[in-house]
Amino acid sequence: METTGLEHVIEVTGLRRVYGGGFEAVRGIDFSVRRGEIFALLGTNGAGKTSTVELLEGLAPPAGGRVRVLGHDPYTERAAVRHRTGVMLQEGGFPSELTVAETARMWAGCVSGARPEREVLDMVGLGPRTDVRVKQLSGGQRRRLDLALALLGDPEVLFLDEPTTGLDAEGRHDTWELVGALRDAGTTVLLTTHYLEEAENLADRLAIMHDGRIAVTGTPAEVTASEPSRITFDLPDGYHLGDLPPLGPMGVSDHTVDGRTVRLRTHELQHSATELLVWARTAGVELRRLDVRSASLEEAFLTIAKDASAPAPHGATTEEYAA
Amino acid sequence: MSTTTTTPAGRMTSLARAEMTLLGRSKGTLFAALFVPLVLPLSVRSAAEEMDLAEAGLTTGELVLPAAVGFSLLFAVYSSLVGVYVVRREELVLKRLRTGELRDAEILAGSALPAVLTGLAQCLLLITGCTVLLDLSAPSAPHLAVLGLLLGLVISAALAAVTASWTRTGESAQVTPMPLLIVSMLGSGMFVPLELFPDRLASVCELLPLTPVVSLVRGGWTGGLTAGETLQALTVALAWTALAVFAVRRRFRWEPRR
Repeated sequence: METTGLEHVIEVTGLRRVYGGGFEAVRGIDFSVRRGEIFALLGTNGAGKTSTVELLEGLAPPAGGRVRVLGHDPYTERAAVRHRTGVMLQEGGFPSELTVAETARMWAGCVSGARPEREVLDMVGLGPRTDVRVKQLSGGQRRRLDLALALLGDPEVLFLDEPTTGLDAEGRHDTWELVGALRDAGTTVLLTTHYLEEAENLADRLAIMHDGRIAVTGTPAEVTASEPSRITFDLPDGYHLGDLPPLGPMGVSDHTVDGRTVRLRTHELQHSATELLVWARTAGVELRRLDVRSASLEEAFLTIAKDASAPAPHGATTEEYAA
Repeated sequence: MSTTTTTPAGRMTSLARAEMTLLGRSKGTLFAALFVPLVLPLSVRSAAEEMDLAEAGLTTGELVLPAAVGFSLLFAVYSSLVGVYVVRREELVLKRLRTGELRDAEILAGSALPAVLTGLAQCLLLITGCTVLLDLSAPSAPHLAVLGLLLGLVISAALAAVTASWTRTGESAQVTPMPLLIVSMLGSGMFVPLELFPDRLASVCELLPLTPVVSLVRGGWTGGLTAGETLQALTVALAWTALAVFAVRRRFRWEPRR
């Protein structure tokens, strides 16, 4: 088929999306997703994740830039793409008065090469709920139904917009397992999430979006590598920050004190921690509430969010949001 | 890889089947769609007794039968479909369907199919009823009646999509079909034949979307349409269809406004 040897299943260049009121939700982003990869778009609410995914799904034309899914424009060449993709929208999209089985049967009639409906409903754990009307399902069960329908046609590319929002912890883990298994079977997955744990567990690569732009992209390890690790502890009674060994030589890049709580940031976690602990042993004090942790996505995420809460340097004004 | 590839007909059938189930579960819509067109012809019949139908060259049956078809198109097809389109948009069903293999036209047509078939069945029932109860003779130009009925079904469905384009919520979908319902009942020759209107008003009313449908159906029974009148009716009907398709392509909203 035309796809053999196609390394990038999704290619996005200079992508922009502008809504009717003039609000620019996506402000020129580039990324690509390789075959068989799970790619996560992370971001705060309103960062532009869903706006981006809808362009990839071909629901709207971009205001600028280019999208290719499996080598085609998903908006203008809809017919060439749709039978090879599965989509899970951020929210429902099912008539509330149909049962689970009726909904699945309807969708199966519209999907090329559909698997038996029962099979996918069992995969997502909705097997025992097939005769229940959609309006009686819990939020989590609706997410599962949506996932089941996205999987019905055995798609090569799967778009999942916040697939685990509203799921309990167990449901979330089930979904992760399922999505991981699909990736292992060769499916390319693009998902959005605001659960950092989800991206860290699932994604081969990710991009953190903020304010319509991609702030950082790479593997979870790459994205966190540039972030400092953290050491937190309470100063022992009678001690002050100045009693600690000089922070610079300890490898500490930045510190804050809040009451008795000290937070150190470092790019040399082992060195900084060793110096601190050796000092504590020598001084014979106990560092209560000691917490030593390597950089996480959360750290990267918060850094980006913090930069963002500062006055926007690129001219995003409040009027635009109100529009 | 894929064992079965879907076809437009297969996809629309699948969608129509689900919509048929939903129609059966929507008691309010079902009542309005099925009951109103059965009752209104009775009031046309009593109105007919007040009119000098002979002046228009019509019998009671020739007034009531096309009116009954018109009511069925307005209530069973047009106004119930406005509700279907708007509610499916509100539920994000239309958006969901657009992520799949269905094309836009297939989504609109598949969703319309149950209402259109209901309307068709109801029309056939009403025609039978009128023929038996009002002592109508067999149609003298049945092809015109068939053409009129089919065009009526298409126009009603297309206008429903147009009306849905300008209707925001399921609640407003109870109101937005009203203008066309009222204008059609008064001005398309359902209660009062256009022959009894002042000439100038009649020529304006001839341009209304359901007037050609009523004329063609009536002409099918009376055989009284000239070639020129038939052509005019067909032109008006096709013009409305084309206008509706154009409007839907440009203005139909697939998602609720944010």
